Amino acid sequence: MDLTITVKVNGREYERSVEPRLLLSDFLRHEIGLTGTHVGCEHGVCGACTVLVDNEAVRSCLLFAVQTNGREVSTVEGLDAGPQQLHLIQHGFWEAHGLQCGFCTPGILMSLVPFLEQNPDPSEKEIRDLLSGNLCRCTGYQKIVEAVQLGAKLIQEKSS
Amino acid sequence: MKPAAFEYSAPSTLDEALSLLGDYGGDAKLLAGGQSLVPTMNFRLAQPAALIDLNGIDDLFFIREDGSGLRCGAMTRQRSVERSALVQRVAPLLHEAMPHIAHSQIRNRGTIGGSLAHADPAAELPALAVALDARMYVRSVTDARWVAARDFYVGLFTTAMLPEEMLVEVAFPTLPPGSGWGFDEVARQHGNYALCGAAAVVCLDSGGAVENARLVFLSVGEGPVEAKRAAELLVGERPTQTAIRAAADTAAMHDIDPVGDIHAGPAFRRHLSRVIAERVLSKAIKKATEAGRH
Repeated sequence: MDLTITVKVNGREYERSVEPRLLLSDFLRHEIGLTGTHVGCEHGVCGACTVLVDNEAVRSCLLFAVQTNGREVSTVEGLDAGPQQLHLIQHGFWEAHGLQCGFCTPGILMSLVPFLEQNPDPSEKEIRDLLSGNLCRCTGYQKIVEAVQLGAKLIQEKSS
Repeated sequence: MKPAAFEYSAPSTLDEALSLLGDYGGDAKLLAGGQSLVPTMNFRLAQPAALIDLNGIDDLFFIREDGSGLRCGAMTRQRSVERSALVQRVAPLLHEAMPHIAHSQIRNRGTIGGSLAHADPAAELPALAVALDARMYVRSVTDARWVAARDFYVGLFTTAMLPEEMLVEVAFPTLPPGSGWGFDEVARQHGNYALCGAAAVVCLDSGGAVENARLVFLSVGEGPVEAKRAAELLVGERPTQTAIRAAADTAAMHDIDPVGDIHAGPAFRRHLSRVIAERVLSKAIKKATEAGRH
């Protein structure tokens, strides 16, 4: 039986009627058309589908859409302020070449948003611990670590 | 759709959830954090007829201290346990081990009760519960009982709970004075399932000899495995490096019977067990000595 849910995604409210078994990742991609959230393994290992639910980074493939009824979801589409106005973390990735194919990037960016809010000046170990939740098969992570460090620096410079 | 269809209910009280669980008579699964259940549903290895979502039951989310130690509601997120200053003070072993559980993105959602009840032999929390002599509060519509952690785990992904029962709370007793603790594990990558891990709790008497020791492994058996022979070897002894090494040897050779998988064969798992046992016992004894009454 379908259930009607109201979910706020990137600040906008969506009301949809969905089957309880619909995963949040598929809800975002198929029901709302936000395909920036990538689905890799669909069993919680790769982290490509990481989004924020009430500002906490979670796997959207391990949540049912009905569980986000009345909650606030943020996806990679909500990060930038408009064309040519990348989020500073995205800017770090752009400048430091923190991606190659880019498939894992949305999940990494979403993991990083609350992480850098809570820990504005992370050590390399803390960055690598955080990144262990997101698989990247291209970069070998070195450039991603540098991109995070640059993004953190840009955020700190802006706020000081 | 990845998972098979199911009926969904999201009760807001424990009584409602227990009543639903009783009504479904074993056909329903309880949805806690979903970090193990949903993957198995996505693979269709699990196809429960119904899910009872516990995320709306506020009474199951708590961390508090009582006269005898720490009490956590079953739905307390692992991330909340990890960040709790109360847990750090009252159950420091639990605090230290939390970052080893999967990744922060998983711990944001995963719950303490979900992991304890899932009884995955590779999970950290069941081993920690046994090492800390935790007690599980289990309820059904008609019954309520406390089960000691060491009696709770009865086999692979199997607990002493009946189909109509739910784990609602876990209690960790305060360690006696003169106690030390240690936790360590080896995983191929941080956050992956550990190839082997162990938790140790050691209590020294006023003369500096071992009064009580518990060493519990994960990922080397069908559930948390208590190294009882190793503990017996240590009790009454002065905790020298030789005694620790002998206990670790015994643990690896006689207390466990690991099976192999593609990541680690039995011999390698025994090797890891010996190395990790020595590390966690040494850590525990060092802390116990520092905290010592002598």
